[in-house]
Amino acid sequence: MMVEKVLLRVIAKLLIPLIMLFAFYVQFHGDFGPGGGFQAGVIFAVAFILYALIFGVRVARQAISASMSRNLLALGVLVYGGTGVATMLMGGEFLSYNVLADTVHGAQHLGIFVVEFGVGMTVAGAMITIFYTFAGHSSSQLTFRRGDGMHVDAPAPTPKSTEDR
Amino acid sequence: MSGAEVMSDPWLLLLVVVPLLAAPVCVLLRSAGGAWSIATAVSWAVLGIAIKLLMTVLEKGEVVYRIGGWDAPWGIEYRLDTVGAFVVLIVAIIGALVLPYAKQSVLKEIRHDRIYLFYTMLLLCLSGLLGITVTGDAFNLFVFLEISSLSSYVLISLGQDRRALTAAFRYLIMGTIGATFYIIGVGLMYQMTGTLNMADLKTIMPAVADTRTIMAALAFLTVGISLKLALFPLHMWLPNAYTFAPSVVTVFLAATATKVSAYILLRIMLTVFGEVHLFDVFPLQPVLIAMALAAMFLASLSAIWQQNIKRMLAYSSVAQIGYIVLGIALTTEAGIAGGIVHMFNHAMMKGTAFMAIGAVVFATGAVTLRDLEGIGKQMPITMGAFVVAGLGLIGVPLTPGFISKWQLIMASLEVDMWPLAALILLSSLLAVIYVWRVFEVAYLREPKRTDVSEVPMSMLVPTWSLALIAVYFGANGTFTLDLAVTSARQLMEGF
Repeated sequence: MMVEKVLLRVIAKLLIPLIMLFAFYVQFHGDFGPGGGFQAGVIFAVAFILYALIFGVRVARQAISASMSRNLLALGVLVYGGTGVATMLMGGEFLSYNVLADTVHGAQHLGIFVVEFGVGMTVAGAMITIFYTFAGHSSSQLTFRRGDGMHVDAPAPTPKSTEDR
Repeated sequence: MSGAEVMSDPWLLLLVVVPLLAAPVCVLLRSAGGAWSIATAVSWAVLGIAIKLLMTVLEKGEVVYRIGGWDAPWGIEYRLDTVGAFVVLIVAIIGALVLPYAKQSVLKEIRHDRIYLFYTMLLLCLSGLLGITVTGDAFNLFVFLEISSLSSYVLISLGQDRRALTAAFRYLIMGTIGATFYIIGVGLMYQMTGTLNMADLKTIMPAVADTRTIMAALAFLTVGISLKLALFPLHMWLPNAYTFAPSVVTVFLAATATKVSAYILLRIMLTVFGEVHLFDVFPLQPVLIAMALAAMFLASLSAIWQQNIKRMLAYSSVAQIGYIVLGIALTTEAGIAGGIVHMFNHAMMKGTAFMAIGAVVFATGAVTLRDLEGIGKQMPITMGAFVVAGLGLIGVPLTPGFISKWQLIMASLEVDMWPLAALILLSSLLAVIYVWRVFEVAYLREPKRTDVSEVPMSMLVPTWSLALIAVYFGANGTFTLDLAVTSARQLMEGF
C-alpha cells in the first residue's frame, strides 16, 4: 500500500466519482447524444482501474472481486439477450422493442435503454476482468514507487495461479 | 427478399440464442457439473430445433426471421435454405454427441476450476457456428465468425500440453487475418452496393461486378475464407491447433469449424456472387482445383509421416477439405452436391476418429503411434469405432466416404475431367497408407502395457453413435445425397 504521493491520492479520490458520474451520463444520455453502453462501460471501468492503480489492486479487489466483475460481464449479456427473449414472449420478434410499451416512442426508448445498459455492464465487467488478469495474481500488487513508475512487486507469475482470483 | 408477408419462424432465432444465452448462465453458475448439465441440455435442444428446421425447410422452402421486426435489407435477416439446414444439422449432431462424451474427458484434461469456463466457451463456439449458417447478412456473419473463432482460440489454448498456447496463438493470428480479410471484402462490397444483406447483394452485384473495388473485395473474401477453411496452402495453423487442443475440442472443431467455413465459401461464391457467374468471368476454377488437389496429395503425404495420431488426422482433415473444395470448384450441380455431402460425411467420420483417439488418450495418456502397440486388443470397442472411421476416410464401399468420393468422381466425369477422377482415386490410396499404419500398430503388435482398459460408457456410447450414424449414411446415402443435390440446385438457381 502506498503512503506517499498524497497529491495523487487526493486528486484521484476527487476524480473517481466524477468519472463514474460521467460514465452514467454517457450511458443514459447515449440515446440522445454521442455515447452508449460501450463507451460508458469503458469509462466506468477506467474509473475503477484508476482506483486500482493508485490504491493498489488488493484494495480494489475488496471493492469489486474478480468473480463479481466476471458475473457483471455475464449478467450484461443476459440483460441484452433477455430483452430480446422478453419481446418474443410478448408477441414480437427478437428485440422488436415496440411491444415493450404502449407508444412506439416509449417502447423504442425503453428497449434501447435496457439493451445499452446490458452492453455497459458487460463492457465494464470485461474491462475490469482483463485488467485483473493482467495486473497479476492474488499475491501481487501494483504500486507506485518514488520516481520510477509502476512496479509489480511480486515474484514472477506461475501459470498455476492465473485463474480465479 | 422478405416482405411483411413472410412469417418469422422463431425456431430459427432460438437455434442461435439458446446456446448464446446459456453461456453466461454457465459463468454465473461457476460449477463444473452445472455447466456440463446446461451445455448438454442445450446441445440436445439445438439438435431438436435443427431437425425441426430441416423438416420445415424441406416442406415449405426457405425459413426467415426478421430481427427486431425490421424488414430486410434494412434489418438483419436470418434465412435458412436447404444447404444451411444441412450444415446446421451437421453442427447440431456433433454438438449433441460431443457433450455427453465431454464429461469424463474434460474432467481428466482440464483443470477443475476452469471447467465451467470451458463449457461456456464451447456453447459460445456452438452458437457462433450456428449463427454463421443461419444469417442472411454478410456483416452479421462476420460477428458470428468472430464469436466462434475467439471461443475456439480459448478452447485450443486449454490443452494440457504447453504447446497448445503457441498453437492457439498461431491460430489466433491466422484466424484474425482471415476474419479481417473477410470484413475488408464485406466493406468494399458495401461501398459499391450500399447493402449488407446477402440476397440484396446478389441482385445489385451484376451492376457493379466489373469494378476494381469488387474484384478486390472478391480477392479479400476468397483469401480470408480460405484461411478459416484451412485450404492448402493456408492450412498451416490447423495441424498444431488440432494436435494440442483438448480431445473434446479437437473432435468438435474438426467436425464442424471447417465445414462451416466451407459453407461461407459456398454462400459468398454462389449466393452473393451468384448472378455474376464468377467462374466464367474469372479464372477462379483452375486456382481452386489446383489448391484442392495440392491439399489432397501433399496433406495426405504429410499425414503418412506423422507419429502423433492427432496430427495425422489433422493433416488428413486438410486433405479432406481438398475434396470439399474440389467439389465446389467444379461448379456443376453434381460437383457442388459432392462437396456438400462430403461436408456431412467427413464430419461424421473425422468426428468418430477423433472421439476414438480421444478415448485412447483418456485411457493411456499417449497419442503417438509407438505408444499404441496392441491397443486394438486392449480397447477393442474404441478401436472398432476407429476402424470404421478409418475405412470411411479411405472411401471403402458401405462407408460414407465412398458415397462422397463416388459423387465427386461422377461429377468430374460429367464435365469430362477424367484426370480429376483418377486423382481422387489415387489420393484415396494415400489414405489407405496412413490409416493402415494405425491399424497395423493397433492390431498386429503385442501390447506393451498391461494397465490399459476400456473407457467409460459415457465416452463409448457417443463414439459408437457417431460411428453408426456414419455407417448408416454410408450404406444408405439416399437421404444425405438427396439433401446435397437439392442444396446444390438451390444454390445454383438462387438464394
